[in-house]
Amino acid sequence: MMRIPLLLAALVLQPPPGQSEFVPVNELPAADKLPAAPFLIAAYAFVWIAVMFYLWTIWRRLNKVEADIDALARKTPHR
Amino acid sequence: MFFRTAWLVLRKDVAIEVKSLEVLTTTLFFAIACVLIFAFAFVKNGQAPEDAAAGILWIAIAFSGTLALGRTFERERYAETLRALLLAPAPRPALYVGKLLGMLALLASAEVLLVPLIAFLFQAALFSRPVLLVGILAGGTVGFSAVGTLFAAMLVRARSRDVLLPILLYPITIPVIIGGVRGTAALLASPVDEPSAIMWIGILAAFDVVFVTLSLWTFEPLMTE
Amino acid sequence: MKKAFGPLLVVVAVMFVVAPFLIANAPYESTMGLIQKIFYYHVPSWFAMYLAIAVCGAASAVYLFKGTPIADAYATAGAEVAVVFGLCGLVTGPLWGRVAWGVWWQWDVRLTTALLLELIFVAYLMVRRFGGPGAEKLAAATALFGTATAPFVYKSVDIWRTVHPQTTVIPTLKPSMGGPFAFSSLAFLLLSALLLTARVHLAKRQMMVDEMYLAYEDQS
Repeated sequence: MMRIPLLLAALVLQPPPGQSEFVPVNELPAADKLPAAPFLIAAYAFVWIAVMFYLWTIWRRLNKVEADIDALARKTPHR
Repeated sequence: MFFRTAWLVLRKDVAIEVKSLEVLTTTLFFAIACVLIFAFAFVKNGQAPEDAAAGILWIAIAFSGTLALGRTFERERYAETLRALLLAPAPRPALYVGKLLGMLALLASAEVLLVPLIAFLFQAALFSRPVLLVGILAGGTVGFSAVGTLFAAMLVRARSRDVLLPILLYPITIPVIIGGVRGTAALLASPVDEPSAIMWIGILAAFDVVFVTLSLWTFEPLMTE
Repeated sequence: MKKAFGPLLVVVAVMFVVAPFLIANAPYESTMGLIQKIFYYHVPSWFAMYLAIAVCGAASAVYLFKGTPIADAYATAGAEVAVVFGLCGLVTGPLWGRVAWGVWWQWDVRLTTALLLELIFVAYLMVRRFGGPGAEKLAAATALFGTATAPFVYKSVDIWRTVHPQTTVIPTLKPSMGGPFAFSSLAFLLLSALLLTARVHLAKRQMMVDEMYLAYEDQS
């Protein structure tokens, strides 16, 4: 219990140097950091939303352009 | 032909500038104003933080350099001399080199006054290793000017050119500015961190090679309309 | 290119449905725990951005030196897609960093240069939008500088000691993590290609409008 402020202080004041290798384990270590799940979900959600939003902007612009093409096609008699 | 063209362009620019000294004096004043603003922003208890001198020097160079670029090419645009230059039967990259040398001369003149000023205002021992200092200043200034000259020239005929130049220039040249700041900070460290400074000079040189090469390569198609 | 959209869409959709299962079954990382699983979206986002940047750079070079209009379409598409995935990377990264390092952001060389890379391509889009006539060439030159910066951004984390993990993490992944990671990377790369296809299609249709409008003007 008393180690937690020290751990938090260590985390805040000294970010560890960059890892050179990821070490896999099969069980979660003791939860002594910020709860990870909300951040993980937020990250995945953001990517999904950003990609969907971009596709939607393309779709919207495409509709406008197709409307312009139709309007011009009507005005220009086919040769 | 190449070097002769570059030399002629440089001579022309210097001759025009020397008449009024307009761009040089305004650039210098702006640089000093920058230094003052940032100094006041960071001063606490009458003293600026340790590494501030390095950062402030390069901010002043970057901001006043952007201004100088804008002013120099505005002058060209106003007199329509750029088109005349492009119509001349001269190799285009040589025009670029001439303009670049002019810009370097301008910034070097500003730095000659700016660096002692900063050393004085911040009690920064910038001149303890003069050769390394010149190396860092040269490396950073060449990199910044290379990209700046290219973009300022290509924006001459664009709309919103005043606001677009910083938008384009800063993200690309910030690595060079960072190199300049870190290198200068290495010189201001106690004791002087010579290996770091030399490393940064090397990195700046690498950037300069890439930027000048890219600029030379793209100048011709960019200026052709 | 347009014909590729349908099949690509199906493949990408399937892969993104499958991916969460693979990621959930992947083992936890020993020091970071659950939050490390952002890795399966974070790094592939940057891969997708690099692909878009490569497309943008190559197309910009072709457009600048050959003037082919279709190259300009690919360049714009590349830049837009690069900005989208760069934003994904710049958001997922700090979310990971907040938990793993305790800070949202650090001005180390990798994060700083990654942000700059994003800004360069945002600047590309701004030049195209606000630069007036002839802005396509100016943007193309910007893209070339951006493309030249990208390898530097990638390697920076190996040259300097930063808080960000190094590139050696990927080759040394154990198969239990490497499998989902490869799958995720492929999914993102295909997604990038998908978005590029869609955007190029839009650009082509916009070029068509311009042609038709000119033809219409010539008539009247």
